[in-house]
Amino acid sequence: MVKDEGAEVREAAERSAILELLREVKDPELPMIDIVELGIVRNVETADGVVHVDVTPTYSGCPAMQVIEREIVTTLAAHGFPDVTVHTVYSPAWTTDWMSDETKQKFRDYGIAPPRMASNSGGIAELVSLRRARATVDCPFCGSANTVEKSEFGSTACKSIHFCNSCHQPFDHFKAF
Amino acid sequence: MSDSLFQYLVRLGDDRLVLGHRLSEWCGHGPILEEDIALANIALDLVGQATLYLKLAGETEGKGRSEDALAYFRDAIDYRNVQMVELPKDDYAYTIVRQFFFDVFSFHVLEQLQSSKHHELAGIAGKGFKEVRYHVRHSSEWVVRMGDGTPESHDRAQKAVNQVWRFTAEMFETDAIDREMASSGIGADVEAIKPKWEAIVMDVLRRATLSVPNDPPAMTGGRRGRHTEYLGHMLADMQSVARSFPSSATW
Repeated sequence: MVKDEGAEVREAAERSAILELLREVKDPELPMIDIVELGIVRNVETADGVVHVDVTPTYSGCPAMQVIEREIVTTLAAHGFPDVTVHTVYSPAWTTDWMSDETKQKFRDYGIAPPRMASNSGGIAELVSLRRARATVDCPFCGSANTVEKSEFGSTACKSIHFCNSCHQPFDHFKAF
Repeated sequence: MSDSLFQYLVRLGDDRLVLGHRLSEWCGHGPILEEDIALANIALDLVGQATLYLKLAGETEGKGRSEDALAYFRDAIDYRNVQMVELPKDDYAYTIVRQFFFDVFSFHVLEQLQSSKHHELAGIAGKGFKEVRYHVRHSSEWVVRMGDGTPESHDRAQKAVNQVWRFTAEMFETDAIDREMASSGIGADVEAIKPKWEAIVMDVLRRATLSVPNDPPAMTGGRRGRHTEYLGHMLADMQSVARSFPSSATW
Protein backbone atom coordinates (compact mmCIF):
# COMPACT_ATOMS: atom_id res chain seq x y z
CA MET A 1 0.00 0.00 0.00
CA VAL A 2 1.45 3.30 -1.03
CA LYS A 3 1.17 6.11 1.49
CA ASP A 4 -0.57 9.06 0.00
CA GLU A 5 1.55 12.15 -0.36
CA GLY A 6 -0.79 13.99 1.98
CA ALA A 7 0.05 11.65 4.85
CA GLU A 8 3.76 12.08 4.26
CA VAL A 9 3.44 15.84 4.19
CA ARG A 10 1.39 15.78 7.39
CA GLU A 11 3.96 13.54 9.13
CA ALA A 12 6.79 15.81 8.09
CA ALA A 13 4.88 18.84 9.33
CA GLU A 14 4.19 17.13 12.66
CA ARG A 15 7.85 16.13 13.04
CA SER A 16 8.82 19.71 12.31
CA ALA A 17 6.33 21.04 14.84
CA ILE A 18 7.61 18.66 17.52
CA LEU A 19 11.20 19.70 16.83
CA GLU A 20 10.18 23.33 17.24
CA LEU A 21 8.56 22.48 20.58
CA LEU A 22 11.72 20.71 21.68
CA ARG A 23 13.59 23.97 21.21
CA GLU A 24 11.81 25.08 24.38
CA VAL A 25 13.94 22.56 26.29
CA LYS A 26 17.19 24.27 27.18
CA ASP A 27 20.39 22.77 28.48
CA PRO A 28 20.09 23.17 32.28
CA GLU A 29 23.65 24.52 32.53
CA LEU A 30 23.46 26.72 29.43
CA PRO A 31 20.05 28.43 29.47
CA MET A 32 20.56 30.13 26.12
CA ILE A 33 21.11 26.88 24.22
CA ASP A 34 18.34 24.45 23.31
CA ILE A 35 18.75 20.70 22.98
CA VAL A 36 17.99 20.67 19.25
CA GLU A 37 20.79 23.06 18.31
CA LEU A 38 23.13 21.26 20.70
CA GLY A 39 22.60 18.10 18.69
CA ILE A 40 21.20 16.14 21.63
CA VAL A 41 17.95 15.41 19.76
CA ARG A 42 18.83 12.95 17.01
CA ASN A 43 15.43 11.97 15.63
CA VAL A 44 11.69 12.34 16.09
CA GLU A 45 9.14 9.78 14.88
CA THR A 46 5.47 9.33 15.50
CA ALA A 47 3.95 5.88 15.48
CA ASP A 48 0.42 4.95 16.57
CA GLY A 49 0.00 8.21 18.40
CA VAL A 50 3.22 7.80 20.40
CA VAL A 51 6.02 10.29 19.88
CA HIS A 52 9.47 8.68 19.91
CA VAL A 53 12.35 11.05 20.57
CA ASP A 54 15.91 9.79 20.12
CA VAL A 55 18.48 11.64 22.23
CA THR A 56 22.20 11.15 22.60
CA PRO A 57 24.28 12.11 25.66
CA THR A 58 27.00 14.72 25.28
CA TYR A 59 29.59 13.14 27.58
CA SER A 60 29.25 9.85 29.43
CA GLY A 61 28.61 11.24 32.87
CA CYS A 62 26.52 14.25 31.93
CA PRO A 63 24.14 14.67 34.87
CA ALA A 64 21.84 16.92 32.87
CA MET A 65 20.57 14.09 30.65
CA GLN A 66 17.94 12.88 33.11
CA VAL A 67 16.63 16.40 33.61
CA ILE A 68 16.54 16.90 29.85
CA GLU A 69 14.63 13.65 29.31
CA ARG A 70 12.02 14.63 31.89
CA GLU A 71 11.64 18.06 30.35
CA ILE A 72 11.14 16.57 26.89
CA VAL A 73 8.22 14.56 28.22
CA THR A 74 6.62 17.43 30.18
CA THR A 75 7.11 19.99 27.40
CA LEU A 76 5.52 17.79 24.75
CA ALA A 77 2.70 16.81 27.14
CA ALA A 78 1.95 20.47 27.79
CA HIS A 79 1.52 20.96 24.04
CA GLY A 80 -0.86 18.09 23.40
CA PHE A 81 1.45 15.11 23.02
CA PRO A 82 0.76 13.00 26.12
CA ASP A 83 2.41 9.80 24.88
CA VAL A 84 6.14 10.33 24.58
CA THR A 85 8.98 7.81 24.79
CA VAL A 86 12.56 9.00 24.96
CA HIS A 87 15.22 6.63 23.60
CA THR A 88 18.92 7.11 24.22
CA VAL A 89 21.11 6.32 21.23
CA TYR A 90 24.89 6.21 21.42
CA SER A 91 25.88 6.04 17.80
CA PRO A 92 27.06 8.26 16.17
CA ALA A 93 28.84 9.60 19.26
CA TRP A 94 27.94 13.20 20.04
CA THR A 95 30.59 15.67 19.03
CA THR A 96 31.03 19.41 19.54
CA ASP A 97 31.63 19.57 15.77
CA TRP A 98 27.85 19.48 15.35
CA MET A 99 27.47 22.98 16.79
CA SER A 100 26.64 25.71 14.33
CA ASP A 101 28.37 29.10 14.19
CA GLU A 102 25.17 30.72 15.52
CA THR A 103 25.26 28.44 18.55
CA LYS A 104 28.93 29.21 19.11
CA GLN A 105 28.16 32.92 19.09
CA LYS A 106 25.52 32.34 21.76
CA PHE A 107 28.25 30.77 23.89
CA ARG A 108 30.44 33.85 23.47
CA ASP A 109 27.55 36.16 24.36
CA TYR A 110 27.11 34.15 27.55
CA GLY A 111 30.80 34.43 28.43
CA ILE A 112 31.88 30.90 27.48
CA ALA A 113 34.53 30.38 24.81
CA PRO A 114 32.94 27.95 22.33
CA PRO A 115 34.60 24.66 21.31
CA ARG A 116 37.14 24.48 18.53
CA MET A 117 36.92 21.70 15.98
CA ALA A 118 37.61 18.37 17.64
CA SER A 119 40.72 16.54 16.71
CA ASN A 120 40.42 12.92 17.73
CA SER A 121 43.00 11.74 15.26
CA GLY A 122 46.13 12.20 17.35
CA GLY A 123 47.58 8.96 18.62
CA ILE A 124 48.46 8.25 22.20
CA ALA A 125 52.15 8.98 21.65
CA GLU A 126 51.28 12.57 20.88
CA LEU A 127 48.98 12.79 23.89
CA VAL A 128 51.69 11.73 26.35
CA SER A 129 54.52 13.62 24.66
CA LEU A 130 54.18 16.97 26.51
CA ARG A 131 54.76 18.51 23.10
CA ARG A 132 51.15 19.14 22.15
CA ALA A 133 50.54 22.57 20.74
CA ARG A 134 48.43 24.54 23.17
CA ALA A 135 46.24 26.54 20.86
CA THR A 136 45.02 29.65 22.59
CA VAL A 137 41.40 30.20 23.36
CA ASP A 138 40.13 33.67 22.55
CA CYS A 139 38.50 35.61 25.38
CA PRO A 140 34.71 35.63 24.87
CA PHE A 141 34.48 39.03 26.55
CA CYS A 142 37.13 41.11 24.79
CA GLY A 143 38.27 38.79 21.98
CA SER A 144 41.91 38.84 22.99
CA ALA A 145 44.12 35.83 22.28
CA ASN A 146 46.31 36.76 25.24
CA THR A 147 44.72 34.17 27.51
CA VAL A 148 46.03 31.34 29.67
CA GLU A 149 44.49 28.04 30.68
CA LYS A 150 44.17 27.74 34.43
CA SER A 151 42.71 24.26 34.63
CA GLU A 152 41.88 21.71 31.98
CA PHE A 153 38.92 20.54 34.04
CA GLY A 154 36.29 23.05 35.07
CA SER A 155 32.93 23.46 36.70
CA THR A 156 31.49 20.73 34.54
CA ALA A 157 33.40 17.92 32.85
CA CYS A 158 32.86 19.57 29.46
CA LYS A 159 34.58 22.82 30.39
CA SER A 160 38.05 24.14 31.15
CA ILE A 161 38.93 27.34 33.02
CA HIS A 162 40.91 30.20 31.47
CA PHE A 163 42.03 33.71 32.35
CA CYS A 164 42.30 36.70 30.04
CA ASN A 165 45.45 38.77 30.53
CA SER A 166 43.93 41.63 28.55
CA CYS A 167 40.66 42.29 30.34
CA HIS A 168 41.61 40.33 33.49
CA GLN A 169 38.48 38.18 33.59
CA PRO A 170 38.28 34.43 34.11
CA PHE A 171 36.10 32.50 31.67
CA ASP A 172 34.98 28.98 30.87
CA HIS A 173 35.77 27.18 27.62
CA PHE A 174 33.64 24.35 26.24
CA LYS A 175 36.14 21.66 25.35
CA ALA A 176 36.13 20.03 21.94
CA PHE A 177 35.35 16.34 21.74
CA MET B 1 26.82 -15.87 23.73
CA SER B 2 24.53 -13.57 25.60
CA ASP B 3 25.90 -14.63 28.99
CA SER B 4 29.45 -14.04 27.74
CA LEU B 5 28.39 -10.64 26.46
CA PHE B 6 26.79 -9.85 29.82
CA GLN B 7 30.00 -10.83 31.66
CA TYR B 8 32.11 -8.82 29.23
CA LEU B 9 30.01 -5.69 29.68
CA VAL B 10 30.09 -6.11 33.47
CA ARG B 11 33.90 -6.21 33.35
CA LEU B 12 34.00 -3.00 31.35
CA GLY B 13 31.53 -1.35 33.73
CA ASP B 14 33.09 -2.58 36.97
CA ASP B 15 36.61 -1.41 36.03
CA ARG B 16 35.28 2.10 35.59
CA LEU B 17 32.79 2.12 38.46
CA VAL B 18 35.38 1.02 41.02
CA LEU B 19 38.09 3.32 39.66
CA GLY B 20 35.64 6.21 39.45
CA HIS B 21 34.69 5.67 43.05
CA ARG B 22 38.33 5.64 44.17
CA LEU B 23 38.92 8.92 42.34
CA SER B 24 35.82 10.45 43.91
CA GLU B 25 37.37 9.86 47.33
CA TRP B 26 39.69 12.78 46.53
CA CYS B 27 36.77 15.19 46.21
CA GLY B 28 37.41 17.95 48.74
CA HIS B 29 40.85 16.51 49.58
CA GLY B 30 42.85 17.29 46.45
CA PRO B 31 46.37 18.69 46.88
CA ILE B 32 45.45 21.81 44.94
CA LEU B 33 42.08 23.08 43.76
CA GLU B 34 42.67 22.40 40.08
CA GLU B 35 43.54 18.78 40.79
CA ASP B 36 40.55 18.35 43.10
CA ILE B 37 38.38 19.46 40.18
CA ALA B 38 40.32 17.40 37.64
CA LEU B 39 39.94 14.16 39.58
CA ALA B 40 36.26 14.82 40.28
CA ASN B 41 35.66 15.38 36.56
CA ILE B 42 37.59 12.29 35.54
CA ALA B 43 35.68 10.31 38.17
CA LEU B 44 32.43 11.58 36.71
CA ASP B 45 33.47 10.51 33.21
CA LEU B 46 34.35 7.03 34.50
CA VAL B 47 31.19 6.57 36.55
CA GLY B 48 29.19 7.84 33.59
CA GLN B 49 30.83 5.32 31.30
CA ALA B 50 30.24 2.58 33.89
CA THR B 51 26.57 3.52 34.02
CA LEU B 52 26.29 3.03 30.27
CA TYR B 53 28.07 -0.34 30.26
CA LEU B 54 26.12 -1.66 33.25
CA LYS B 55 22.83 -0.45 31.78
CA LEU B 56 23.58 -2.33 28.57
CA ALA B 57 24.69 -5.34 30.64
CA GLY B 58 21.39 -5.42 32.51
CA GLU B 59 19.45 -5.19 29.26
CA THR B 60 21.56 -7.99 27.78
CA GLU B 61 20.98 -10.19 30.83
CA GLY B 62 17.24 -9.65 30.47
CA LYS B 63 16.39 -10.23 34.14
CA GLY B 64 15.29 -6.69 34.85
CA ARG B 65 18.46 -5.56 36.64
CA SER B 66 19.12 -1.89 36.07
CA GLU B 67 22.55 -0.27 36.24
CA ASP B 68 21.70 0.78 39.80
CA ALA B 69 20.75 -2.74 40.84
CA LEU B 70 24.04 -4.02 39.46
CA ALA B 71 26.09 -1.27 41.08
CA TYR B 72 24.52 -1.26 44.53
CA PHE B 73 23.24 -4.76 45.13
CA ARG B 74 26.11 -7.02 44.11
CA ASP B 75 28.68 -8.27 46.58
CA ALA B 76 32.44 -8.16 45.99
CA ILE B 77 32.48 -11.77 44.82
CA ASP B 78 30.27 -10.80 41.89
CA TYR B 79 32.32 -7.78 40.88
CA ARG B 80 34.50 -8.31 37.81
CA ASN B 81 36.96 -5.41 37.86
CA VAL B 82 40.72 -5.96 37.75
CA GLN B 83 42.27 -5.74 41.21
CA MET B 84 44.38 -2.73 40.28
CA VAL B 85 41.43 -0.35 40.25
CA GLU B 86 40.19 -1.27 43.72
CA LEU B 87 43.48 -0.42 45.44
CA PRO B 88 43.05 2.47 47.86
CA LYS B 89 43.70 6.05 46.88
CA ASP B 90 46.77 6.26 49.15
CA ASP B 91 48.77 9.40 48.35
CA TYR B 92 48.55 11.51 45.21
CA ALA B 93 51.49 9.82 43.52
CA TYR B 94 49.89 6.40 44.05
CA THR B 95 46.57 7.60 42.64
CA ILE B 96 48.23 9.18 39.59
CA VAL B 97 50.49 6.19 38.84
CA ARG B 98 47.59 3.74 39.07
CA GLN B 99 45.42 6.07 36.99
CA PHE B 100 48.12 6.36 34.32
CA PHE B 101 48.49 2.57 34.03
CA PHE B 102 44.72 2.25 33.58
CA ASP B 103 44.35 5.23 31.21
CA VAL B 104 46.90 3.85 28.72
CA PHE B 105 45.10 0.49 28.82
CA SER B 106 41.65 2.03 28.49
CA PHE B 107 42.77 4.24 25.58
CA HIS B 108 43.72 1.18 23.54
CA VAL B 109 40.69 -0.87 24.57
CA LEU B 110 38.24 1.88 23.66
CA GLU B 111 40.11 2.63 20.44
CA GLN B 112 39.35 -0.96 19.39
CA LEU B 113 35.84 -1.13 20.84
CA GLN B 114 34.62 1.91 18.93
CA SER B 115 34.68 -0.41 15.89
CA SER B 116 32.89 -3.22 17.70
CA LYS B 117 30.30 -5.14 15.70
CA HIS B 118 27.91 -4.57 18.61
CA HIS B 119 26.41 -1.25 17.57
CA GLU B 120 25.56 0.10 21.00
CA LEU B 121 28.84 -1.00 22.56
CA ALA B 122 30.67 0.77 19.73
CA GLY B 123 28.76 3.97 20.44
CA ILE B 124 29.41 3.84 24.18
CA ALA B 125 33.09 3.12 23.58
CA GLY B 126 33.33 5.91 21.02
CA LYS B 127 32.05 8.35 23.57
CA GLY B 128 34.48 7.10 26.23
CA PHE B 129 37.39 7.22 23.77
CA LYS B 130 37.08 10.99 23.44
CA GLU B 131 37.11 11.34 27.22
CA VAL B 132 40.03 8.98 27.87
CA ARG B 133 42.20 11.20 25.66
CA TYR B 134 41.93 13.95 28.27
CA HIS B 135 42.48 11.44 31.09
CA VAL B 136 45.67 9.94 29.68
CA ARG B 137 47.11 13.35 28.93
CA HIS B 138 46.43 14.45 32.50
CA SER B 139 47.81 11.38 34.24
CA SER B 140 50.92 11.06 32.04
CA GLU B 141 51.84 14.70 32.61
CA TRP B 142 51.55 14.25 36.37
CA VAL B 143 53.66 11.07 36.31
CA VAL B 144 56.44 13.06 34.66
CA ARG B 145 55.99 16.07 36.96
CA MET B 146 56.24 13.95 40.07
CA GLY B 147 58.85 11.48 38.88
CA ASP B 148 61.12 14.19 37.53
CA GLY B 149 60.19 16.56 40.33
CA THR B 150 61.42 17.09 43.85
CA PRO B 151 63.22 14.33 45.79
CA GLU B 152 60.04 13.75 47.78
CA SER B 153 57.74 13.58 44.78
CA HIS B 154 60.19 11.23 43.04
CA ASP B 155 60.34 8.91 46.06
CA ARG B 156 56.59 8.79 46.38
CA ALA B 157 56.13 8.16 42.65
CA GLN B 158 58.76 5.41 42.65
CA LYS B 159 57.17 3.78 45.69
CA ALA B 160 53.83 3.86 43.89
CA VAL B 161 55.26 2.23 40.77
CA ASN B 162 56.95 -0.44 42.91
CA GLN B 163 53.68 -1.28 44.64
CA VAL B 164 51.20 -1.08 41.76
CA TRP B 165 53.32 -2.72 39.05
CA ARG B 166 52.49 -6.28 40.10
CA PHE B 167 48.78 -5.60 39.51
CA THR B 168 49.18 -4.45 35.92
CA ALA B 169 49.43 -7.86 34.22
CA GLU B 170 45.82 -8.70 35.01
CA MET B 171 44.61 -6.08 32.49
CA PHE B 172 46.06 -8.22 29.68
CA GLU B 173 44.74 -11.62 30.72
CA THR B 174 42.42 -13.33 28.32
CA ASP B 175 40.00 -16.12 29.08
CA ALA B 176 37.26 -17.91 27.14
CA ILE B 177 34.94 -14.91 27.42
CA ASP B 178 37.54 -12.52 25.98
CA ARG B 179 38.33 -14.92 23.16
CA GLU B 180 34.67 -15.44 22.31
CA MET B 181 34.01 -11.67 22.29
CA ALA B 182 37.12 -10.89 20.24
CA SER B 183 36.54 -13.60 17.67
CA SER B 184 32.98 -12.42 17.11
CA GLY B 185 34.24 -8.89 16.46
CA ILE B 186 32.53 -7.54 19.57
CA GLY B 187 35.32 -7.34 22.15
CA ALA B 188 38.87 -6.03 22.25
CA ASP B 189 42.05 -8.06 21.80
CA VAL B 190 43.99 -7.14 24.93
CA GLU B 191 46.96 -9.37 24.10
CA ALA B 192 47.58 -7.18 21.07
CA ILE B 193 47.36 -4.12 23.32
CA LYS B 194 49.99 -5.31 25.78
CA PRO B 195 53.12 -4.40 23.75
CA LYS B 196 51.63 -1.00 22.86
CA TRP B 197 50.85 -0.38 26.53
CA GLU B 198 54.39 -1.37 27.53
CA ALA B 199 55.96 0.91 24.92
CA ILE B 200 54.01 3.97 26.07
CA VAL B 201 54.37 3.26 29.78
CA MET B 202 58.10 2.58 29.64
CA ASP B 203 58.67 5.76 27.63
CA VAL B 204 56.76 7.94 30.09
CA LEU B 205 58.41 6.29 33.11
CA ARG B 206 61.82 6.84 31.54
CA ARG B 207 61.07 10.52 31.07
CA ALA B 208 59.84 10.61 34.66
CA THR B 209 63.19 9.08 35.77
CA LEU B 210 61.27 6.17 37.27
CA SER B 211 62.13 2.48 37.07
CA VAL B 212 59.97 -0.63 37.20
CA PRO B 213 60.55 -3.37 39.77
CA ASN B 214 62.13 -6.65 38.77
CA ASP B 215 59.60 -9.00 40.33
CA PRO B 216 57.23 -10.20 37.64
CA PRO B 217 53.60 -9.05 37.93
CA ALA B 218 51.65 -11.58 39.96
CA MET B 219 48.31 -10.38 41.31
CA THR B 220 45.21 -11.71 39.58
CA GLY B 221 41.68 -12.94 40.18
CA GLY B 222 39.49 -9.87 39.85
CA ARG B 223 37.91 -11.01 36.58
CA ARG B 224 36.78 -14.15 38.44
CA GLY B 225 35.44 -12.35 41.48
CA ARG B 226 38.54 -12.88 43.65
CA HIS B 227 39.46 -9.51 45.02
CA THR B 228 41.87 -7.88 47.45
CA GLU B 229 40.88 -7.09 51.00
CA TYR B 230 40.09 -3.54 49.88
CA LEU B 231 37.06 -4.06 47.65
CA GLY B 232 34.62 -5.23 50.31
CA HIS B 233 35.23 -2.15 52.43
CA MET B 234 34.93 0.14 49.43
CA LEU B 235 31.64 -1.41 48.38
CA ALA B 236 30.29 -1.16 51.91
CA ASP B 237 31.00 2.55 51.73
CA MET B 238 29.58 2.93 48.22
CA GLN B 239 26.49 0.78 48.71
CA SER B 240 25.42 1.47 52.26
CA VAL B 241 22.91 4.21 51.53
CA ALA B 242 21.18 2.30 48.73
CA ARG B 243 21.13 -0.89 50.79
CA SER B 244 19.65 0.99 53.74
CA PHE B 245 16.73 2.08 51.59
CA PRO B 246 16.38 -0.77 49.09
CA SER B 247 12.75 -0.14 48.28
CA SER B 248 13.30 3.45 47.17
CA ALA B 249 12.40 3.86 43.55
CA THR B 250 15.75 4.73 42.07
CA TRP B 251 19.26 5.37 43.11
